[in-house]
Amino acid sequence: MDVQTIWFILIAAFFTAYFVLEGFDFGVGILLPFMSTKDIERRTIINTIGPFWDGNEMWLITAVGTMFAAFPNWYATFCSIFYPVWVAMLASLIFRGVAFEFRSKHDNPVWRNFWDWSIFGGSALPAVLWGIVLSNFIRGVPIDASMNYTGVLFNLFNPYTLVCGLTSLLIFTFHGAIFLSLKTTGILQETAMNFAKKLWTPAMLFYMIFTVYTITETDLYHSIEISRLLIPLISILALASVIFMLSKNASGWAFTMTTITIAFSTITIFKSLYPRVLVSSLNPLWSLTIYNTSSSSYTLGILTIVAMIFIPLIIIYQGWSYWIFHQRITMDSELEY
Amino acid sequence: MDTLLLARTQFAFTAIFHFFFVPLTVGLSIFTAILETVYLKTRNEKYKHLVKFWGNLFLINFAVGVVTGIVMEFQLGMNWSTYAKFVGDIFGVPLAIEALLAFFVESTFIGIWVFGWNKLPKALHAASIWIVALGSTLSAFWILAANSFMQSPVGYKMAMNGSRVEMSDFLTLIFNTYVWRQFPHVLAGGIVTGGFFVIAISAWHLMKNTKEKNDFETSIKFAAIYAFIGTILVILSGHAQMQNLLKTQPMKAAAAEALWNTENPASFSIFTIPDEKSLKDVFAIRLPGMLSFLAYNTFDGEIKGIKELQKTYQQQYGSGNYIPSITATYWSFRFMIGAGTLMLITSLFTLYRVIRKKYTFSPLLGTLMFWSFLLPYIANSSGWILAEIGRQPWIVFGLLKTENGVTPSSIVNSSELAFSLIVFLLIYGILIITDIFLMKKYAIAGIQTSE
Repeated sequence: MDVQTIWFILIAAFFTAYFVLEGFDFGVGILLPFMSTKDIERRTIINTIGPFWDGNEMWLITAVGTMFAAFPNWYATFCSIFYPVWVAMLASLIFRGVAFEFRSKHDNPVWRNFWDWSIFGGSALPAVLWGIVLSNFIRGVPIDASMNYTGVLFNLFNPYTLVCGLTSLLIFTFHGAIFLSLKTTGILQETAMNFAKKLWTPAMLFYMIFTVYTITETDLYHSIEISRLLIPLISILALASVIFMLSKNASGWAFTMTTITIAFSTITIFKSLYPRVLVSSLNPLWSLTIYNTSSSSYTLGILTIVAMIFIPLIIIYQGWSYWIFHQRITMDSELEY
Repeated sequence: MDTLLLARTQFAFTAIFHFFFVPLTVGLSIFTAILETVYLKTRNEKYKHLVKFWGNLFLINFAVGVVTGIVMEFQLGMNWSTYAKFVGDIFGVPLAIEALLAFFVESTFIGIWVFGWNKLPKALHAASIWIVALGSTLSAFWILAANSFMQSPVGYKMAMNGSRVEMSDFLTLIFNTYVWRQFPHVLAGGIVTGGFFVIAISAWHLMKNTKEKNDFETSIKFAAIYAFIGTILVILSGHAQMQNLLKTQPMKAAAAEALWNTENPASFSIFTIPDEKSLKDVFAIRLPGMLSFLAYNTFDGEIKGIKELQKTYQQQYGSGNYIPSITATYWSFRFMIGAGTLMLITSLFTLYRVIRKKYTFSPLLGTLMFWSFLLPYIANSSGWILAEIGRQPWIVFGLLKTENGVTPSSIVNSSELAFSLIVFLLIYGILIITDIFLMKKYAIAGIQTSE
């Protein structure tokens, strides 16, 4: 396996971790204003993700930072051609990030409502935008022979990518509802469970539309090898099975299944991209690949050493932080405001 | 407006805005960690209240620093894609390491620290704020290692086809003299920012004679020592950095002094109104020999002037203007050292008061002491303006000009850029107003002795 492939796999893994982890905290943020109008309950909801969301977001920072180092041309194209998308994404992440810190710092209903809706918007918009970005990866964007983007903003938004945006929004919200049912008690747990049950149908529906649409719109399933179809098959079956687990109140298993769906969907996308990183819709030969965008082998070697040391450490201490805060959050527990 | 100017404006606002929050994050995290260590040793509840109070202010600041940092990461690819492709092989590496080694630690342990008061043993809780402080310090190092490559490129080779630079030696890159002059200066700048922040708020409370007088006396005692050490370090490291600058970027050094002609011994400018067009003084007061002394620790020695450097660079890099904005570099340098001098006076004075146990502040003195928190902010921002404007016209010194680094307008056009600039300016406006509002509220509210 060449070092470019290793880094492609690592970046795909970072994005997978990001969507699984930030996926549920996006979902919690989206559900926040609808779960409750009571301040204490909203604070409890936020505290289910309070210690985690910042660390979760780090998987994105790491994915993009290592993309810059390992595949500078991918990074440069990825960031510049989706320009307006990133402006909206960054604006969302800014509001969401400060909202978690600011909302409880002032005891005024208007203030708190404003920041709660910022958490909602700052979670919902990125959830949609990530679907749009990833689907553009695989559907292809107009890239010419010299790796330059020749399209306009309008190219990024079309029925297919919008369906993908809605799908990711629904899946993340669903994932978040199940996470909430795992981390809360009493009325909040019931409400979260109800949301999860209601969300399953549209999530499933859109996920199926997305899958069928992907077959017609992209070359994702062009080769009908069993090994290639296995992963998307598992992810759709996992999603389908959630409704049974919810009916048995097995939130833990349900969460495992949505985790599998998100992880395997991300893996499918990256697996089918490989060795490309951005598909050219003009000419397959003009696609950006891990080879024509990568850094020198010396640089990739340095990065590999760094990654081998620090990624296991990150997994250990992030895992430890999840362990510290593994208990359910109740309204009687001391809430850190 | 053209895309270059818009992209530069957006970068300038984002970088300066981001750096309003970074030094306080560094300085206040170390300060909070020190207080929590004292709490751990003494088990005196007073220190716990202090940790909570200063920690709370730290968190408000930290949140804004983190979110603006994300913009920094994307912005290099969004607006400077040609630059990103040119330097990614080198520049991307410290950025990636920063994420893997520093930022990740910081973001995870801040969650543990905030939510872990009742879940962790005291020692582990104190350790987690130290880890946050270490994370933000390391984070600064790696970002500065990347910036240092732009200032003084080392450890690289040109790719075969000349399309980009490639790393030739990682160790040379991270042992770049530039970063080992810049990093201590930035770190000390953070300590000073944190120290003055604590001094300012404590002095205000002592002036108002609020009920937590005793707690703020303790705070100002710690902060006086902390700020004093920081100020001395910031001056020494700044001096070392300027000496190094004369070797690596003589044009920036000459511009900062408005030194038009090569002089031996060279004079130090106290006050200059420059005429940038005809490269001469409109008005100037200069100290003879002083610049040579600062550069070489002796009163003679040649310092190259702007005009001669311009000629040398034209021979070396081809025709073009290699002179940065003299007004911006000269005055940002004056503001930085001016603020630094005032910081030295203030920190000495505070230390004197603390040693003499004089904790009463008259309305005038208290007000002056309060506003002194602005001094490090002025110095930090003008320091970066000097560093970045002084490097112009280069984005990577000697290798790539800023005008050649911007994303082609066929990809990001000026209306998209104008739109994003407005969006970001609005957001930064909202953030700074909210930040000040909350800081003020919590600073005035004082220390909660009962929970």
